[in-house]
Amino acid sequence: MRLAGKGIIDRGQTVGFRFDGRDYTGFEGDTLASALLAAGVKLFGRSFKYHRPRGLLSAGSEEPNALVTIGHGAAQVPNARATQVEIHGGLDARSQNRWPSLSLDVMAVNDLMAPFFGAGFYYKTFMWPRSFWEKLYEPAIRRAAGLGALSRKHNEDHYEKAHAFCDLLVIGAGPAGLMAALAAGRAGARVILADEDFLPGGRLNAEVEEVGGQPGAQWAKGVAEELGSLPNVRLMTRTTVTGAYDDGTYGALERVGLHVARAPKDLPRECFWRIVARRAILASGAQERMIAFPMNDRPGVMQAGAVRAYLNRYGVAAGQKVALFAANDQAHRTARDLAAAGIEIAAVIDPRADAPAATDWRVIPGGAVVGTKGRLGLSEISVRTEGGAVEKIAADCLAVSGGWNPALHLACHRNGRPDWRDEIAAFVPRPGMVPGMMVAGAANGAFSTAAALAEGLSAAEEALAALGRKSAKLEAPRAENGTQNFNAYWQVPDTEGRAWLDFANDVTVKDVKLSAQEGFRSVEHMKRYTTQGMAPDQGKNSNVAALAILADATGRAIPETGTTTFRPPYTPVSIAAMGAGGQGKGFAPQRFTTSHKAAQERGAPMIEAGLWYRPSYFPRPGETSWRQSCDREVIAVRNRVGICDVSTLGKIDIQGPDAGRFLDFLYTNSFSTLKPGRVRYGLMLREDGMVMDDGTTACLARDHYLMTTTTAAAGQVMRHIDFVQQAFCADWQVRAISVTEHWAQFAVAGPLARELLNSMLDEPIDAASFPFLSCGMVKIGGVQARLYRISFSGELGYEIAVPARYGEALYRDLVARAESFGGCAYGMEALNVLRIEKGFITHAEIHGRVTAFDIGLQGMVSEKKEFIGKAASQRPGLSGPEREQLVGLKPLGAEKPVTAGAHLFDPGAAPVRENDQGYVTSVCWSPTLQSHLGIGFLKNGRARHGQSVRLVDHLRGIDLLCEVTHPVFFDPDGGRARG
Amino acid sequence: MAKLIAKPAAGELLPVTIGSLTLSDMPQERITAIAPYPGKIEAVSNALERLGLAFPAPGASQQAAKARILWAGRDLAFLIGAAPPAGLGPIAAQTDQSDGWAGLALSGPGVEAALARLVPLDLSLAAFPEGATARTALGHITILLHRTGAENFALYLFRSMIATAIHELETVMRALLARASL
Repeated sequence: MRLAGKGIIDRGQTVGFRFDGRDYTGFEGDTLASALLAAGVKLFGRSFKYHRPRGLLSAGSEEPNALVTIGHGAAQVPNARATQVEIHGGLDARSQNRWPSLSLDVMAVNDLMAPFFGAGFYYKTFMWPRSFWEKLYEPAIRRAAGLGALSRKHNEDHYEKAHAFCDLLVIGAGPAGLMAALAAGRAGARVILADEDFLPGGRLNAEVEEVGGQPGAQWAKGVAEELGSLPNVRLMTRTTVTGAYDDGTYGALERVGLHVARAPKDLPRECFWRIVARRAILASGAQERMIAFPMNDRPGVMQAGAVRAYLNRYGVAAGQKVALFAANDQAHRTARDLAAAGIEIAAVIDPRADAPAATDWRVIPGGAVVGTKGRLGLSEISVRTEGGAVEKIAADCLAVSGGWNPALHLACHRNGRPDWRDEIAAFVPRPGMVPGMMVAGAANGAFSTAAALAEGLSAAEEALAALGRKSAKLEAPRAENGTQNFNAYWQVPDTEGRAWLDFANDVTVKDVKLSAQEGFRSVEHMKRYTTQGMAPDQGKNSNVAALAILADATGRAIPETGTTTFRPPYTPVSIAAMGAGGQGKGFAPQRFTTSHKAAQERGAPMIEAGLWYRPSYFPRPGETSWRQSCDREVIAVRNRVGICDVSTLGKIDIQGPDAGRFLDFLYTNSFSTLKPGRVRYGLMLREDGMVMDDGTTACLARDHYLMTTTTAAAGQVMRHIDFVQQAFCADWQVRAISVTEHWAQFAVAGPLARELLNSMLDEPIDAASFPFLSCGMVKIGGVQARLYRISFSGELGYEIAVPARYGEALYRDLVARAESFGGCAYGMEALNVLRIEKGFITHAEIHGRVTAFDIGLQGMVSEKKEFIGKAASQRPGLSGPEREQLVGLKPLGAEKPVTAGAHLFDPGAAPVRENDQGYVTSVCWSPTLQSHLGIGFLKNGRARHGQSVRLVDHLRGIDLLCEVTHPVFFDPDGGRARG
Repeated sequence: MAKLIAKPAAGELLPVTIGSLTLSDMPQERITAIAPYPGKIEAVSNALERLGLAFPAPGASQQAAKARILWAGRDLAFLIGAAPPAGLGPIAAQTDQSDGWAGLALSGPGVEAALARLVPLDLSLAAFPEGATARTALGHITILLHRTGAENFALYLFRSMIATAIHELETVMRALLARASL
């Protein structure tokens, strides 16, 4: 019920929204919870396990019951806390975990079965048969129990990640946080003040009290306005600091567009911040705890502080006839505030015999609530008076306070364990649990406003001193300084019936006791056995009470029982926010070659090679499969000439007087002897002796080399070179840098390659002046280009490189000329066929587990010098007949394709693991040799050329015999490339 | 006779203005990576004096009338806008990077907020003043970042990734504009 004249909502701004298909209105400044409560809605959800009707428990982020789903389809957000959702035009919220409707939920039958559904029920019951658990029991249980659901659709909404830096991060904008931020802000420090609420002020907005002679909320507003005007202060509302991490880094989730009616398309819904702070002040306040008594989960049973928040902040009475059950003086304000607003107080029940008396309402000292009634909402409570008599009192709302728990979670995120303080019966942070973080106010157990202001101020002073800044010399304003007069009171003793601790996960006092009884006495075991504290609220409402009851059940003290581990996040963080930026194109950068557009224009499908996009093949009209295009391209290279963009291969420029020596140290073979103008094939090992990469290195000039790596290993080789240079050769006169991106490089391959090049070079070349494995400078239209005579196809081949700005022009020209010569552009498929026909290796072969011996290149391993990987490569077992060695494979009867990944067996042996003789790494149809071909590794393979092996692909159901051959199928003496 | 036409890295994607921010491509200039051999930084600085420059300290840059030099990593700097001076040969490796690294200019009020979405560094003027450089990340892309003014940054990155970089920056610029409309 909305009360006239109360609250700090904007009554001039009416806002319409929907809940469970019905239209409602509220005011600007309302949460979904306050607006629905004002409209008389008490029932907000169904409990997780028993499907019991549940209403609002809190007015903050700790809400365990009122979880709703917002929005529809791909964009729907489950488990939003109604206490935090701001109403806005277009808001469409739905209750969860009920069918067919919230007020009639057939799964509530679970509640009747409750005697059977205690802690550990599922573990004990659904043990057998074992295979049924995954397929039958778990899905069924999950359907019946639960929270909101994801849409299972791809969400196109925009989420965002961002970084922020500050001198001081203040977490929480209640009295302590505002005071700290004001002191640090006025002193000129870079301050970030983050608060999960949309309105700064914390409890000041929810209480009737004065700060500095004005209403608390008014003071908070004034301070927030001043902070907003300071250029060195960033006030981040709707921002929950969710985790404390190493080196002063904090995670924070900002709600950006979730509360906005008709949000622009590009507006992020949420932003996940990484805030790096030199100092932090945790001023996150405290959460009020409930008292365990039978049927304390009825809608209408609420935190006393929440009842005051709805009344004082939102102008909403949580009931018409409100009872209060509390064991501390502070909570008695609830009756005071409600009565002042004209609400009838049914009774104030206080278990303390010396409870404060009142004249305007009935106080029952030494009393306790022992039961409740009302199907979908509270209608009556049963009160046991000091004498033991039970009295029924009509009430539609019961405000409960069992004291307050400091919200110390962030202080514990680095695995610190808090201290127990008896006088407030609560855990408080221990100093220094998170380096650089101080704790102030209620989060530190200082529950009065005056103490919070004073602690906020002194924490800021301490932070300023640590930051080397002068204090702004503020004084804390005058404020309420009452004491708690507090008694620890966890549960009503000597009662029967279920008394809830963890509302979100339906865990009762009985469950915790059962856990202790069954031997799960450690708090960590109890948590997992009962699931207490494992719901979205992460036990904010129940942890301390549950461990107090566990302590009692096991005969230990609370500090001895200890807490469970506090882990981030403080409140749930959507995966979409954490993964922001990784959606769609953000997943990984796309690297495009200079010929990308030209290849696309020719209709080439792209394949990804690392981050690069490379053309697969270039379809021509009439070609209906990739194989037709690929075969044509291979034949063109073998008979005419083909053009392929090879810019993606890594190119590393190595210079310096020690460059040759450095290459000798990197490669298995010698490079210091390479003359300027010459190119050599090289093999590089890892420190463990396995092959890391291969490629050619050209000597461009004295002390100047250009190394080529494979596309896949370009980054790895560059990193390896940096490491070797810095770790082993730091004083050598040598430097290496990637020039991959500077040069656009194209293979020109085929018998007509030289003819084609000469048609465009400013000065033609001939075979004698430019022999196989040479390099040099040439010019095209005045542009300096590098020319290498190397071949990955086995044909007469060149690679020509120009600065990338000319890449597209050169590619287009080369392809046009190739076509006029009867050739064409060729893609990755043809490139692969050409190299398999020649037995050239790629990373399909040098996959990290093969040695130089395995690939038949032991002759390239120099005996005369030291190099990386030499010692390890000489270990026993890394060479010899027991090794799987590179071979060629030709099917007997060429129709059947061989497949990569197939395994090799002796023809007579059963195709089982124990008989494995090797495996296939690369395969193709060779249009040149009119056969399927494969290369792979076979035990003692080099001695088995001419023999047959059985090739079995268990996955694809292929089983055929192959002839073992030399891995070079075509032109074994290499005359075509040298010619 | 062949004639090769030079193409800019960004093609027709730039410039683009969204809200208060403008993203444009930098004019293609000569970029030479200069890596002094061990113990030769001072000698390289002396050689650079002819251009009115010195080898920059880590995270710094030097600006002269016609050229600038940006620190670009361990014992590495990029000389931009001029040919390297004579005499560097024996004391430093010099590599032409003019076509390998493409430059983007991002400028306007709120430029720090835009980069804060993609760059994990403190880019406030106090922490990253005019002239500062850093090898850092723009989302998943490694970049060389250079502050050219209070509201101006230059970003150098591998040419092949420029389309992704533009896409990432445009996304951020649009999101900031949407935030500003609230």
